[in-house]
Amino acid sequence: MTLEIVLQSVVSGLMFGGVIALVAVGVSLIWGIMDVINFAYGEYLMWAMYLTFFLYAGAGLDPLVSLPVNALVLFGAGVLTYRLVIQRVMRGPVFAQLLSTFGLFVLLRYTAWLVFRPDDRQAQSLVSNGVLKLGELRVSTGELVAFVGSVLATSALFCFLTWTKTGKALRAVAQDREAALALGIEPDRLYAIAWGISAAAAGVAGSLVSPFMYVNPLVGDVFLLPGFAAVALGGFGNVYGAFAGGLVIGVVNVTGGTLTMPKVKLALVYLVFLAVLFMRPRGLWGR
Amino acid sequence: MAHSPTGLLPDRRRHDNTIYYEHVLIVCLLYVVLGQAWNLVGGYAGQWSLGHAAFFGLGAYTSTLLLLRANVSPWLGMVAGGLVAAAIACAIAFPCFKLRTHYFAMATLAIGETVRVLFLAFDWTGGANGLVLPVQRIPSTRDMLWADKEPYLLIILVMAIAMTLVIVQVERSRLGIYLRAINQDEEAAARLGIDPRRYKLAALAGSAFITGMTGTFYAQYTTYIDPFSVMPPMLSVRMVLVPVFGGHGTVAGPIIGAFALIPLSEAVRVFWGGRGIGIDQVVYGAIIVGLTLWMPGGVVALWRRRRRARLVPRVA
Repeated sequence: MTLEIVLQSVVSGLMFGGVIALVAVGVSLIWGIMDVINFAYGEYLMWAMYLTFFLYAGAGLDPLVSLPVNALVLFGAGVLTYRLVIQRVMRGPVFAQLLSTFGLFVLLRYTAWLVFRPDDRQAQSLVSNGVLKLGELRVSTGELVAFVGSVLATSALFCFLTWTKTGKALRAVAQDREAALALGIEPDRLYAIAWGISAAAAGVAGSLVSPFMYVNPLVGDVFLLPGFAAVALGGFGNVYGAFAGGLVIGVVNVTGGTLTMPKVKLALVYLVFLAVLFMRPRGLWGR
Repeated sequence: MAHSPTGLLPDRRRHDNTIYYEHVLIVCLLYVVLGQAWNLVGGYAGQWSLGHAAFFGLGAYTSTLLLLRANVSPWLGMVAGGLVAAAIACAIAFPCFKLRTHYFAMATLAIGETVRVLFLAFDWTGGANGLVLPVQRIPSTRDMLWADKEPYLLIILVMAIAMTLVIVQVERSRLGIYLRAINQDEEAAARLGIDPRRYKLAALAGSAFITGMTGTFYAQYTTYIDPFSVMPPMLSVRMVLVPVFGGHGTVAGPIIGAFALIPLSEAVRVFWGGRGIGIDQVVYGAIIVGLTLWMPGGVVALWRRRRRARLVPRVA
């Protein structure tokens, strides 16, 4: 195995890691603000990919053109999930919160299975087939666009959290719920917005990966546990850490698979996840 | 003898249906055992494992590999399968029990997936091709292989009754009280002198042992195993759903859950036929969400509430 192959795999890993980072940011937002793990997150992404595909197949829209539509529809889906399910479950026992998103995961996945059948489908994009050469290294344009798009989307979210009034309120609730309530922050509206933004991030990620990934009802698996692993690496609930964690997980996934057996690459990601959970439950960068 | 509508051929439907009903009954009882086993660690001790399919698969693979490679009888292999599952459970228990609720659930989910991915990748486990049991030896009591369903029905019935009796005993014993104390408030239990790790370990190891044995039974019953059939994530889901539907932390819970949900999913599948592939899973998903919204205590809690309402006279 030459150094070039390893370098190439690191570059590919970073590209994939960008998308995982966006997923991790979406998961981490909800986790940080309301201590809920969304097991259905990968399924949001899968439905976003189907939406992208059908907008492409039906209306001829390029996945990158339909991205705003995706983000909006998924925002609505997130708000709806909160209002219909999560809001009520939050008043119940802890295990009900855990099971509710797990149930949504099963429901969303197998509804897609029933409706779309387990066939692979893929949308085509202008950026689907290009390859960029940087010396010896090659990057597919689709993956590069996905990486850049993920970085832009995450940056936009950071700006929103840092500078807008709603963003500040969200961070306040994440820091100290009781204090935020005492200051007159309305949690229900904020939680609904957080769910909307989180799901919209899945929508953006779904659009970004559509040019180079097949969609089938099980595609969420590619994102969910690696996304969790990234969230764990970044310290649960830390949106900034989650992004860095995503890049690391991307490299572990691709470079780890290249160095050992490609078949076990997901096991490597899970093992990193478990190692972090067991040894550094506050994440690599945690206090 | 009954005849088919055309009157030409003897009606074999009744006979075929019997075999089908026997199969459904076997699956129901299988889930009674699995539900009771999960309930021990999930319901009583409050450790929400989402990776129990790994124990099931480990049991199935251990006995099958022993039978194929060393010609060890599955009757022994069943115990070996349970022991392997329990050993893995002990190994993961130490780090996992430091984690609370959501973290524990995520860790067990990841462990389950890791085991499945590894079994898919290894060659000595047959990889994605799976393993076929020595069906040419059917029927053989020594190899736990029969053409009829009755012997399997008998075995799983004995397992279900035995497991239920064990849980009844556990519930009455000190262990059951300790587990529920740990579930309610681990720190308070520790301050009273109960070592939470020790009892949680006992619950997880026991649960894994039974789940592993059930895996062996399943391998012998279906005579073919691969990672998709003996350790899919949906298996872990059903193992949780069965006791939660009936009422987790109760003896009756897994029995009610198994006999309500398994026939329901079978009926849904039969009704929709080939077009409905996946529809039973959709129903399961809807049931899980519905349970968390409207009856988190399951059927048992609903029934208890209703009975209490009847016993206590209403104050006008």
